[in-house]
Amino acid sequence: MNELTALFHGFSVVLTPMNLLLMFVGIILGVIIGVLPGLGGANGVAILLPLTFSMSPTSAIIMLSCIYWGALFGGAITSILFNIPGEPWSVATTFDGYPMAQDGRAGAALTTAFTSSFVGALLAVVMITFLAPLVAKFALKFGPPEYFSVYLLTFCSFVGMGKGSPFKILASMAIGFALAAVGIDTVTGQLRLTFGIDELMRGFDFLIAVIGLFGIGEILLSMEEKLAFSGKSAKINPRVVLETWKQLPRYWVTSLRSVLVGIWMGVTPGGATPASFMSYGLAKKMSRNGEKFGTGEMEGVIAPETAAHAAGTSALLPMLALGIPGSPTAAVLLGGLLIWGLQPGPLLFVEQKDFVWGLIASMYLGNLAGLVVVLTTVPLFAAILRIPFSIIAPVIVVICAIGAYTVHNAMLDIWFMMMFGLVGYVFKKLDYPLAPLVLALVLGDKAEDSFRQAMLLSQGQLSILWSNPLVGTISTLAIVLLLWPLISNLLAKIRSPKPKPFAEEQPVD
Amino acid sequence: MEPTETSDTPPRTGVPTYVVEAVVAFLILAMGLVVVHGSWKLGSGWTTDGPGAGYFPFYIGLILCVSGGATMGRALFGKKKDTAIFVDHQQLRRVLSMLLPALLYLLAVQFVGLYIASAVYIALFMIVLGKYSPIKSVTVGVLALALFFLMFEVWFKVPLFKGTLDPLGFLGY
Repeated sequence: MNELTALFHGFSVVLTPMNLLLMFVGIILGVIIGVLPGLGGANGVAILLPLTFSMSPTSAIIMLSCIYWGALFGGAITSILFNIPGEPWSVATTFDGYPMAQDGRAGAALTTAFTSSFVGALLAVVMITFLAPLVAKFALKFGPPEYFSVYLLTFCSFVGMGKGSPFKILASMAIGFALAAVGIDTVTGQLRLTFGIDELMRGFDFLIAVIGLFGIGEILLSMEEKLAFSGKSAKINPRVVLETWKQLPRYWVTSLRSVLVGIWMGVTPGGATPASFMSYGLAKKMSRNGEKFGTGEMEGVIAPETAAHAAGTSALLPMLALGIPGSPTAAVLLGGLLIWGLQPGPLLFVEQKDFVWGLIASMYLGNLAGLVVVLTTVPLFAAILRIPFSIIAPVIVVICAIGAYTVHNAMLDIWFMMMFGLVGYVFKKLDYPLAPLVLALVLGDKAEDSFRQAMLLSQGQLSILWSNPLVGTISTLAIVLLLWPLISNLLAKIRSPKPKPFAEEQPVD
Repeated sequence: MEPTETSDTPPRTGVPTYVVEAVVAFLILAMGLVVVHGSWKLGSGWTTDGPGAGYFPFYIGLILCVSGGATMGRALFGKKKDTAIFVDHQQLRRVLSMLLPALLYLLAVQFVGLYIASAVYIALFMIVLGKYSPIKSVTVGVLALALFFLMFEVWFKVPLFKGTLDPLGFLGY
């Protein structure tokens, strides 16, 4: 019951007129970001982060997390009305959402999507409310080896659960770590990998990377594909909403399953995108109307939307409780915490009660506010998409440039952003995942610190990662996940096993 | 990371994907070697008071080398060579029509600052690529400039880059 008391205290922190205003501003900005191509949750929050430097951390995180909710909601609008996923996690929503809109049921599809998003997020927040303090309390006992093994698990699970070439996932991750290492070494104070260039002393800021990789990269991609928006018009009136709501409870099994998938994928760094696909796939297999999926089935909208939102929300649990973000956007929020002078991790729950519970309370209120905002203003946001791309594109480039500049007031950063944009474009075309790069860039220093401290404790013996049952379990799990592509390969063609000797050993260090 | 620019846009029609794949993988390999070399020089071993500054990056560099090398090997000698065209001529033109103006824009920012450069960039982009009338385009550009200026300098008090020539200096911000 401690959690409930704390939660109500959180509500009292959040419920000031200023914070409520910021909440609505955040939601609206978020939906705009979610609707526009090239701007997404991660880089949208990154661009707007500098605007919050002058606010109190609590107000700032409320606004930023609301931008995130808004972006999650906004992705569904473009998927359903335009068959263009505004965000990667709403790709699966297009499968049944767009056919529904073509059918003239756009209002019902949107209502379904928004309501399922809300349900997914709400249940995930309830989970966070009760689970996060427990995890944090547990994590207070962690020492450097434990922390390093958790980092190891985070990164290895990208390899184990990711699609595509494990080498590309590793490469993307290692690039992130390498870039994070540039600059002043936090332990010895030596300059590292700057090659005599003074400006590199600051290192590479991950915000710049996020803005470039996701923002500029996305714009270049959309330019290549030559997007032509031709959308269905949306009318949502209270009658449609009520009628849709009457039908929704019928699909509670799908909702519940999707929430569980979402929460699982969000807490482990699987992320919202795979969660939405997985949930859609499961719903298709298990539903009685499975064969009708893809022709405008309500369940086909419920499943991906619920899972995506549940995953997006529960990605904040490891960020708050352990200081390890579960998604790129959570990573950006974590970067924000560091800038405001808050140390993410288990101590946050002890030292910054106002902040943590304010944030959790704002998740409840923010999602409710988001539902109300999107249900009432869909036509407005759909109108944004009717603005031609030749106006949107330069404006987004300008916004990205401004965002990159304001991080450190450094002109060089804007050039770096452009460079990251090109990298993002090429990497996306070649199927290199970007999330591991961003997460490695954010966590690089911390992972390295915990590794060095662990090595100091053991005088260089890697066996410290198996020195007690707890750390041993986590490390073993990490290694299994890391080798999973290999293991599953071996299992598949058990008759002619082809070992790849070098891949097994390296990344463990 | 820097030379990636050269990898994606050779000005010919139809470069097969596996070539681009191999070039990018080679750049990753090269980056790995640079990191390994750099950390080696820093001291990647064990110093008197613990792991040296290059201890961790050294292994990161190794991972880069291995994954870059493996990806390159797969792209060049793998069973399923990806011979699909990476970008065709048309796509490349469209991408460059976005990229080159953006680079020019950044160059302009360097001299006249974010505000002026942004307004000109938006207006020109609309005229040249969007085929809008000059009046409409300039209006949008100026409006965007005014909005950004109010938002950043006046409301949120976040000063933006004014450029080495500082043409907006007379406003007093």
